[in-house]
Amino acid sequence: MSRAGSGSLPRYILQRILLVIPMIWVILTVVFVLLRVAPGDPVSAALGSKLNAQALQQRREALGFNRPLIAQYWDYLSSVAHLDFGTTFRDNQPVLRVVRDNGGATLTLTAAAFVIALVVGIPLGLLAGRYRDSAPDVVIRLFGIVSYAAPVFFVGFLLQLYVAERLGLPTSGDASPITVFEVKPKTHILLLDALLSGNGTAIQDVLKHLVLPATTLGLLICGIFIRLVRVNMLQTMQADYVEAAEARGIARGKVTWRHGFRNALVPVITVVGLQFALLLGGAVLTEPTFNWPGIGYKLVFYINNRDYGAVQGIITIFALAVVLISVLIDIVNALIDPRVRF
Amino acid sequence: MTMDLSDETVAAASAREPVISARDVRVWYGTTRGAIRAVDGVSFDLAPGETLGLVGESGCGKSTLGRGLMGLLPEGAKRDGEVLFRGRDIFTLSRKASYQLRGRELGMIFQEPLTRLNPLMRISQHFEETIKQHEHGLSKDEIRDRALEVLRLMGIPPTRYKSYPHEFSGGMRQRLMIALALVLRPAFVVADEPTTALDVLVEAQIVQILNDLRRNFQTSLLLITHNVGIVAEACDRVAVMYAGRIVEQGTVAEVFKHPQHPYTRELLRSTISLTTTGLNFIPGAPPDLVDPPDGCRFHPRCPSAMNVCASKNPVDIERPGGGRVECWLVGPEDQIPPGGKQPLKQEELTVADEA
Repeated sequence: MSRAGSGSLPRYILQRILLVIPMIWVILTVVFVLLRVAPGDPVSAALGSKLNAQALQQRREALGFNRPLIAQYWDYLSSVAHLDFGTTFRDNQPVLRVVRDNGGATLTLTAAAFVIALVVGIPLGLLAGRYRDSAPDVVIRLFGIVSYAAPVFFVGFLLQLYVAERLGLPTSGDASPITVFEVKPKTHILLLDALLSGNGTAIQDVLKHLVLPATTLGLLICGIFIRLVRVNMLQTMQADYVEAAEARGIARGKVTWRHGFRNALVPVITVVGLQFALLLGGAVLTEPTFNWPGIGYKLVFYINNRDYGAVQGIITIFALAVVLISVLIDIVNALIDPRVRF
Repeated sequence: MTMDLSDETVAAASAREPVISARDVRVWYGTTRGAIRAVDGVSFDLAPGETLGLVGESGCGKSTLGRGLMGLLPEGAKRDGEVLFRGRDIFTLSRKASYQLRGRELGMIFQEPLTRLNPLMRISQHFEETIKQHEHGLSKDEIRDRALEVLRLMGIPPTRYKSYPHEFSGGMRQRLMIALALVLRPAFVVADEPTTALDVLVEAQIVQILNDLRRNFQTSLLLITHNVGIVAEACDRVAVMYAGRIVEQGTVAEVFKHPQHPYTRELLRSTISLTTTGLNFIPGAPPDLVDPPDGCRFHPRCPSAMNVCASKNPVDIERPGGGRVECWLVGPEDQIPPGGKQPLKQEELTVADEA
């Protein structure tokens, strides 16, 4: 009953961050076990055809694969704790560097896809929810289902086939070679580097390359947003507090915005966090379709080469990113909805 | 203003110009089976500072009537008749004028206090939103002062002004809703079962607050309830509603002491008190409002039904002792056809019919 109950935000955030530790531990364990139950040992799977038995044995010992599983497990956990995510077998690079060099492209792609999904999905969802069962509602709903159900690579191909040429958009890579050559890497995020360089043609080139892959990936989650926002809008507009606000003569627009829309967004934000995981998965499928030089593209490459070290490292980083985002989402949620803070 | 509820003050209040004057109000909902006539020709007057209790079973149209007066009917509902508020018919107002009236002149208190406040808004924001909507140019401090004054009357300490709805109990939230409805001093408030969701102690508290309304705010109140006890405690006059019509209305003392309509009588007999030894109930269920029975709507359940009741609509007449009633038992004699006063042969209502 006291004012302290008014939701101590810092305490909630601290709690939430502490809870991350066991969560990460579980995820790391799952990643470790999954990669160890696969038949054959990682070194011969990746390099078996290239090195002789003696050299393979040397690599195994160097990487510690001859040691007991529990020792390997401990090594894995402690190296992750030191932010060391191992090295790739195939090209013997630290995973962290692979992620640094390719992560920027994935980040750009997912962020752009996310923006497209939000900008398209939320207004469409609101519109459909506000004018239920009207013609726009039906069209928007259909669009939502199709965009979610269509496989990412299929949508990608369709866009490449029918849209790319008409709009003069590139279908492969994240920039022309000339742009890559001209823009100096500073942040390892090409779009930012191009913006920093202030080179107009480079910026335009990077953005043009971004349009189709980001649209492809954005459409995937856009459908989810549409349906979610629509349903929540329908529900909140029938809520008791909306009627109560109308009974106080609050103007229609304010009721829709302050009472309807804000409350409709609360569950959406939670789902947005979960969609980030889907987005990373979608990136793995979108990137090869557009030869987008991101981690998804790299991950597919390493999986095809059975490079366990790289796969383990990249998956670990993906998992950590998803956890981090979910914590962020929880905090944003607590900022918006006071009830969460308890 | 005087505080006691003697008959003189009530009579004096009635003598003044009514705040709300409803004439032949009808509300119906369209369904695939036909129109549900939830309110079917209701008339009443409400004087300034007067409290009218509206009682009846669930589904008799009480809440629909309350919402209809507020203009809060769901889409697809139609309303007809005339409701004069200070001489203006609120049924014919433009959308904008109707919004301007709600909150400032007409207030509403709802049944479920737990879900009536926006969970994302502080109490202060609810007040700011409401006051700013109707009175422009007030500073935050002025709004705060006005809100705190009403909250104090409702027993909510000023320290809770910035709290969120979920930090309050059900009873406190109902008091918040009342404060929110009253902060602009509306002339007329509809309270739709304001205590139904609350426990008895809180109920007593809320009834006390509603009882004090006229003293503090000179507000006219339409108190919708199925609890006859609350009407006895908090109301000046009572209107008994059955199947979309007001079958009897008058001062609480008069109607409760000498109920004229058999439904009123049965309703009063069904209340439970310390001296109750057996439970009394009215056999049967309220009629289907799509296709109500001919004649008096209560006749299939009425213990004193006569032949005329099944064929002819009862006439709205002056009650002996003041007020109005619609029942052939009371009259008018000259309109009852010959043989109409013979008791009606009713089919026995079985327990299964009542379920």
